[in-house]
Amino acid sequence: MNTGITGSAMEQLRANLRAAPGRIVGTAFRTGKPTTDRSRSSFVFGNLFLHLHSVRTHRWSLRWTTTAGLGIATLAGFLITLVTGVLLMFYYKPYPDAAYDSMKDIHFIVPTGRFVRNIHRWAANIMVVTVILHMARAFYTAAYRHPREFNWLIGMALLVTTLGLSFTGYLLPWDQLAYWAITIGANIAQSPREVTDALNITTWFDPGGLQRLLLLGSDTVGEEALIRFYLLHVMLLPIVAAMLMAVHFWRVRKDGGLAKPRDVDTRVGALPSDTYPVFTEAPEKTYHLAAVVKGRTAAVGQGPEHTVPSMPHLFYAELGVLMLTLFVCTALSLAFDAPLKELANPFVPENPAKAPWYFLGLQELVAFSAFMGGIGIPAIVLVGLGLIPYLDREEAGTGEWFGGPGGWPLVQRSVVVGFTTALLIESFVIRFGWLREWFPSIPQLFVTAVNPGTVLTLVYGWYSVWLVGRYGSTRAGALGLFTCFLCGFVVLTTIGTYFRGPNWEFFWSPADWPGH
Amino acid sequence: MTTTSGSAASRLDPEPIPRRDMLGLLSLWSMTSTLLFALVGVLRLPRAAVLPSPSKKFRVAIPAALPEGEPFVPPGRSVALFRDTEGVYAISIICTHLGCIVKPTAQGFECPCHGSAFASDGSVTRGPAPSALAWLSVSAGGRTVIVDEGTTVPVGTKVNA
Repeated sequence: MNTGITGSAMEQLRANLRAAPGRIVGTAFRTGKPTTDRSRSSFVFGNLFLHLHSVRTHRWSLRWTTTAGLGIATLAGFLITLVTGVLLMFYYKPYPDAAYDSMKDIHFIVPTGRFVRNIHRWAANIMVVTVILHMARAFYTAAYRHPREFNWLIGMALLVTTLGLSFTGYLLPWDQLAYWAITIGANIAQSPREVTDALNITTWFDPGGLQRLLLLGSDTVGEEALIRFYLLHVMLLPIVAAMLMAVHFWRVRKDGGLAKPRDVDTRVGALPSDTYPVFTEAPEKTYHLAAVVKGRTAAVGQGPEHTVPSMPHLFYAELGVLMLTLFVCTALSLAFDAPLKELANPFVPENPAKAPWYFLGLQELVAFSAFMGGIGIPAIVLVGLGLIPYLDREEAGTGEWFGGPGGWPLVQRSVVVGFTTALLIESFVIRFGWLREWFPSIPQLFVTAVNPGTVLTLVYGWYSVWLVGRYGSTRAGALGLFTCFLCGFVVLTTIGTYFRGPNWEFFWSPADWPGH
Repeated sequence: MTTTSGSAASRLDPEPIPRRDMLGLLSLWSMTSTLLFALVGVLRLPRAAVLPSPSKKFRVAIPAALPEGEPFVPPGRSVALFRDTEGVYAISIICTHLGCIVKPTAQGFECPCHGSAFASDGSVTRGPAPSALAWLSVSAGGRTVIVDEGTTVPVGTKVNA
């Protein structure tokens, strides 16, 4: 009855059944094996997750010295915390009576619980390190410049979100560190009162009190506060981070890929002898972007011969960074356990009560003034860093390490200035004290305005502005400012970590701490 | 459209807003203001109206043998009670800097978190604390005293109890 040349309907059914697995794979990936330039391209743009990448990547962008893989390492850290975080949520109970016990369960009873928690903690730490280093890389290669100004701002928002994720995370164990960190953090949020109280306007204008109330959901640190920080940590901030990351990566591509020097094609050297000219075969599809691409992006007016297919060159490099990050996290987790202190005690703070290392620079600053250290100076720093791409409209040195007027010698000099200033001011305060010790009745507003932190910020700011005039270049000022910012961060963090003891007093070594 | 130099715009230039687009703009603006208003409502929810913290007023018996000028910190409270010849007084032991619990010492109070120090009347002698420790309301209640952590009183207010 049938007229088909492939046999009966039943035979056809059997043949289709046999072919089904292959067809499922084929329809899932659609493009076939990425063996030719064309199929490699469609492998990228045919995939939702990969198509944030360009189909071809410049050889310059793949060099280890261009990025050191720091952005991808940060993403890897985020993905690792995401997976381990979801695992920890199986057992963690965000309630004061149960939180600490559930942490102990995770640490001592849950199969692989301690290991997973360690990885979560180390990945979070690595994320903080790599996000700072990534920012430094983008800065020192002048990658923030036009047309990437806005992506620099998104990157700064991601830095803040990363720190927020870390802060809300270490509160959850409800141990002594957690409890006093919430207390101090919530009071930093309340610290605008330092100013409104001094001006005597707190009764009708109290942004500090509102911030604290929104954070804690109460006037004391308790169950309301814990559930809020839990919500922030597992839901709100991860969503914010994921959305910012999506925009960040997309903008990298839309802003013309990674920043490159103008003469990048000559810098990467002559083409390898086996380079096959791109697009000489008649392509089956053409992508005409002339109406979309504007300005001087990496590919405008240049042939694509210095690019290689993103699949496999870029993706394998990214996977390599991911595996390296995973390896480092795992190795650290096997060697060092995440800390868990005693159960929270609302009546006895730890002495000294120290935050994790990345907040100890801030803790050093709030030990001068709660408002300036916790809100004022961080806000000034963020505004200063955020303005850099909008003030530096120069072009010399884009895409080069320490590019721009002054260059590496200027950075070296700024390192000396940054370290010396921070160390001098700190030594002075540690040796001689500050205004409150000399004039006990001095108005608080004066101490808020003039304290070691603001003096340091002022010196750094003045030095950078001076550099602008000295070199006749905004980039030189920016190099000085950013280098000083990094040096100040290192000095304050180091002092807070290693040289502060009970009552936040200076000690050369923990061995000198007084006993109880 | 014919173009004459100097007067007519290129056909690529946007036209000035035609009158009928006004309706569209109005609806866009009404949508924006609705969403902004909704955002205020969204922010209203997390701002707790009822605070679940325990009562700030409590009743406590001061040990009869408490020496003059020695602090008595009732368990579970962040208040130091003192008794001298003029009466009983209470000083909050929550640091005015960032809320750590200060420790009564022979000279006054010391904060473990950021090194603030206070004299025995609560005034700041050292460190980042922006203001003096608060004196709290104490009232006599028979053989006990009633302390109200929510009410501050002027420095030096002592109550016979």
